[in-house]
Amino acid sequence: MVMRRSFLAGIILSAAIALPSSAAERDIVIASTTSTENSGLFGAILPIFEAASGIRVKVVAVGTGQAIKLARNGDADVLFVHHRTSEEKFVAEGFGVKRFGVMYNDFVLVGPKADPAGVRAMTDAPAALAKIAAAKAVFASRGDDSGTHKKERGLWRAAQVDAQAASGQWYRETGSGMGATLNTAAGLGAYALADRGTWIGFANKGDLEIMVEGDKRLFNPYGVILVNPAKHKHIKAADGQAFIDWLVSSAGQKAIADYKLGGLQLFFPNAKKAGS
Amino acid sequence: MNDLAAAFSQAASLLLGFDEDLMEIIGLSLRVSFMAVGLAVLLGLPLGAAVALYRFPGRTVLGALLNAFMGLPPVVVGLVVYLMLSRAGPLGVLGLLFTPAAMILAQCLLVLPIVAALSAQIVADLSEEYDEQLRSLAAGPGQRLVTLLWDGRFSLMTAVLAGFGRAIAEVGAVMIVGGNIAHSTRVMTTAIALETSKGNLALALGLGLVLIAIALGVNLAALALRDAARPRHG
Repeated sequence: MVMRRSFLAGIILSAAIALPSSAAERDIVIASTTSTENSGLFGAILPIFEAASGIRVKVVAVGTGQAIKLARNGDADVLFVHHRTSEEKFVAEGFGVKRFGVMYNDFVLVGPKADPAGVRAMTDAPAALAKIAAAKAVFASRGDDSGTHKKERGLWRAAQVDAQAASGQWYRETGSGMGATLNTAAGLGAYALADRGTWIGFANKGDLEIMVEGDKRLFNPYGVILVNPAKHKHIKAADGQAFIDWLVSSAGQKAIADYKLGGLQLFFPNAKKAGS
Repeated sequence: MNDLAAAFSQAASLLLGFDEDLMEIIGLSLRVSFMAVGLAVLLGLPLGAAVALYRFPGRTVLGALLNAFMGLPPVVVGLVVYLMLSRAGPLGVLGLLFTPAAMILAQCLLVLPIVAALSAQIVADLSEEYDEQLRSLAAGPGQRLVTLLWDGRFSLMTAVLAGFGRAIAEVGAVMIVGGNIAHSTRVMTTAIALETSKGNLALALGLGLVLIAIALGVNLAALALRDAARPRHG
C-alpha cells in the first residue's frame, strides 16, 4: 500500500514537473463567490494588485457554502464571501483570523415583464415574496447554500412563507450558481433573487426585469478573512494578509469603486479606515 | 435562433483571431488531456490485456468493475480526488489541489477504465484468433501479452481515442480539482461553463465549437498516423 501510494505520488509529481509550472512566483489562492468573478470585478481589480505587489491571486469562484468549506479544509489562503453570519462563525470557530468588511452591493428581485404576481416596484421584499407565494408564480431559487440562497431563505422566513414545501411546484431549486439560475429563470419566466453585480453583468436576461429593489433588507455586504495559519501551516499568511490590506486600503477601495459595467457601479467600497 | 448563428461567427473569429487567452486555454486543455490519456494508456493497456489473458482470483470482478467504471460520473471522481488532495486529505501535503497535476490525475482515473475495458475486449478477441499460432510458438504469458498488444495496436487506437474523447470533454472533475482559475487551471470545458453562467451563450457555444474542432483534429491526426504506419496490402 505504501509502495503503491508513493508510486502514485511519483506519477503525479512527474506529471506536475512536466508541465511548465508557475510555482516559482508568489501566489495565493482565494476562495470566493461566483458573484465577484462572474460580474468581472476580479478581472478588473486583481491585475492592479498583482502589479503593485508581485503576488498572483488565483481565484476559485464557487458558492459561499462551498467556499467556506474549501477554506476550512485549508485549500485556500483567503476567504472572500458575502454572508456575514457564516463569516463570523468561521472566525469564531478559529478557522479565520479576522473579518474585514470590504464592500457591499445589494440584491434585486427580478421577474418576467408580465409580472404575474404583481410585485413590480414594491419596496418591501418579504411582502413581495409573500405575494409571489400567494399567486403560486414560479420562483427560481439557487438552492445551493450560497450566500444568495442564505439571504433568500432569510427573506422567506421574514415573509412567513414555507417555500421549501412547494419545492418542485412553483418553487424551483436549481442547485446551481447565480448565472445558471438566471438562465433558468429567463427560460421559465420565473422570479429570482440575484445580486446586483451578477445581474448587471448577465447577458441572457430575456424578458426578465428588476421588480423589487432598495429594501434595506436586500443589503449585501462582502467580507474578507485570512484563513488561520495556526490551523493550516501551509497558509501563505503574509501574502494573504497583503492582499487583504490592499483591498481595504484607499488604493484597493478606489479600484473597487472604479469598476463599472455599462456605466453602472457594481460594488460600493465600505472598509473601515485604517486604525479604526 | 440568433445565438446559434452568433456562435458560429464567434467560433470563427476566436480561432482566426488567435486570441491569446483562448490559445492558453486550448493549450492547457490539450496538455492535461494528453498527459491523462498517456498515463491511462501506460497503466490501462497492460491491465486490460492481463484481465483478458491471465487467470487470477478476482479477475471476473475486476473485469466487471472496469466495465462499470467506464460510466463513472466525472463529478464523483472530482470529489474523490478533491478529498484525497485537499490539505485536510491524505495526499494534502503534496499541495497539488488547484494545479494541472490534480486535473491530470482526475482525468486519468476517468479514462483508465475505458482504455482498460476496451483493450481487454480487443485483446481477448485477438487471443482467441491467434491462440494456435501462439501455442505453436510456445509463447510464454508475458510474450503473449506483448505480442497481442502490438498486433492489436491499430484497434487499440480506438480505445485510446475513446479515452481522449472522455478526457477532453468532461467538465465536472476538472472544475472541482482545478478550480477553473484564470491563467492557471482554466480549460475549454470550464471556460464554457463559466461563459454559460455569465449568460454569454453565443460565446460559450462558440468555445464549444472550437472544442469540437480540436477533438476532430486530434482524431484525424490519429487516423492519418495509423494509415501511414499500417502496412500496405498488395
